[in-house]
Amino acid sequence: MPVDMQRIRELAELARNPGDLARYARRNIEFWASLLIIGWAIAFMFWQGAGFAVIIGTVFAIWAILAVSLNLVVGFTGLLSVGHVGFFGIGAYTMAILTSDPAYEQLRTEAIPTFGWPFFAVLPICALLAGLAAILVGVVFNRFRDDIFVLASFGFAIIAFNVFLNLRPVTRGAFGIHEIARPQVAGWVFDGELEFLLLCLVFLAVVMLISWFIVSSSFGRVLTAIREDEQAIEVFGYQATHYKLAVWVISAMMAGIAGGLFASWTTFIDPNSFILLESVLVVSIVILGGLATIWGSLLGAMAFVLLEEGMRFIPFLPTEYIGQARQAVLGILLVLLMLFRPQGLVGRYRL
Amino acid sequence: MTSTQPDRIDYALETQAISKHFGAVRAVDELSLSIPRQGTTSIVGPNGSGKSTLVNLLSGVLPLDGGMVIIDGAGLRVVKAYETPDHGLTRTFQEVRLFDQITVWDNIMVVLTERRLFPSLFERAKPSTRQKAQAILEQVGMWDKRDSLAQELSYGQRKLVEIGRALAMNVQTYLLDEPFAGLFPQMIERVKDIMKQMRADGHTIVFVSHNMDIVRELSDRIIVLDSGALLAAGDVEPVLNSEEVIEAYLGA
Repeated sequence: MPVDMQRIRELAELARNPGDLARYARRNIEFWASLLIIGWAIAFMFWQGAGFAVIIGTVFAIWAILAVSLNLVVGFTGLLSVGHVGFFGIGAYTMAILTSDPAYEQLRTEAIPTFGWPFFAVLPICALLAGLAAILVGVVFNRFRDDIFVLASFGFAIIAFNVFLNLRPVTRGAFGIHEIARPQVAGWVFDGELEFLLLCLVFLAVVMLISWFIVSSSFGRVLTAIREDEQAIEVFGYQATHYKLAVWVISAMMAGIAGGLFASWTTFIDPNSFILLESVLVVSIVILGGLATIWGSLLGAMAFVLLEEGMRFIPFLPTEYIGQARQAVLGILLVLLMLFRPQGLVGRYRL
Repeated sequence: MTSTQPDRIDYALETQAISKHFGAVRAVDELSLSIPRQGTTSIVGPNGSGKSTLVNLLSGVLPLDGGMVIIDGAGLRVVKAYETPDHGLTRTFQEVRLFDQITVWDNIMVVLTERRLFPSLFERAKPSTRQKAQAILEQVGMWDKRDSLAQELSYGQRKLVEIGRALAMNVQTYLLDEPFAGLFPQMIERVKDIMKQMRADGHTIVFVSHNMDIVRELSDRIIVLDSGALLAAGDVEPVLNSEEVIEAYLGA
């Protein structure tokens, strides 16, 4: 067959040129990694049943939104931020407070202001408030780069956590906020897990689409140039601080959306959902999947969720150690990755 | 030199008593010079005489400690790097500074696209921009390498891409910091040809070099720096043959 001949000729061509062969093999790693993780996900679904798969799928979608949005900042612009959880938390608390039901809150001794607004009216506000916070933080952060930026974003994560913990008239502090409403449109409540999963996937798709639109534009190319040499790109007429601030705010708004979805999905949030570790996990997902690739962040989030939930079913592992074992496995995985494939599963770039 | 001379506008670049100190070292010390529009001006001087610092000050990569830079008639006490293209100025770097982990193609494209932030979000590569990028890459002979990452290129190739990136800016004045350093003879010829073409097109070229043969061949004028101060300036042969210049290079 002519098609086969073509294929053989291509392979023969590859074998003659070692450089091409190496590149071909590298592309293959990306392909096999994708296949492995997707296959794993499907196998997991069949093994554990659709109900569990739907829950895992929602967890995945929320992590993926966070990872895709953080990749804009870390992967494309080269700003290693561990403060993403702050914007996630702002989104979640906005959702929790603005949708809270007055009738329910009156029963409490330490009541927070109630609004009872519908989910879909609040979700844009989640993004908006996260974006507003990002402008304030970003204006200050713009003067930092590299390791100082990491430290500053670290500080932001700590401050955000402490605000959630101590701003008790608004967040109810360590008690957390319960009974957060599920989305509702004209009497139709998204109380089914499957419906919520679909909602999350829609938002994931929107976030991916916006990210793709950004990184494939001239704006996106400037971001990568900033990542490579911020001082040099300024010489060519781009004010890097404006670009950094813009992408920082867009990314934070996406995290705010993820926070809103998360709060509504779990129906209960407290400050412990927004600790620094969560941020570090998102950074890990971004690096695991690959910097500056949207598909990689998706894959990274999927691998992470499967790993996290999959650990539950390891035989002979006492349940009380599962939490720690997860983090240990993730840590080992990251070390191995940095040793053998620093660009991540499907990435091309390094920090 | 007074700043009220009527012919001042004929200078592409001027400095008035600019200074830059690194701790106790006076890299550039109250330096005043002027570079006429069009033609090629070379900046020479012993190591540590402040050539690269001068280029960095003129392009806004380093902040001025004092004095004023006049680019294209606009007096600037603070030179902002991102505003230099508006004044018709661009540069290359002594230690090649390409955007390493993006392709050669994107390295050129990135300086050809929209500068305003919001419209740049909606801009995709236009055919006219692509044609410009292709023309530039063909001019510097790097069209075949367009899909390679900049970091995968050899030193000489990187140097050529950097010159191409400056050419893509299509401005009046080019500051080339050591465009010939570390190049093979064949590459040197190519860079020379590019610079001659730029000169013929009416651009102002300022380049730093240690190679006196090339300086003699390409320069219309020469500026000699020593210890951050102006030692001599003017036509090439008289300056290079003057006693103080020979002394600075050979003596002390």
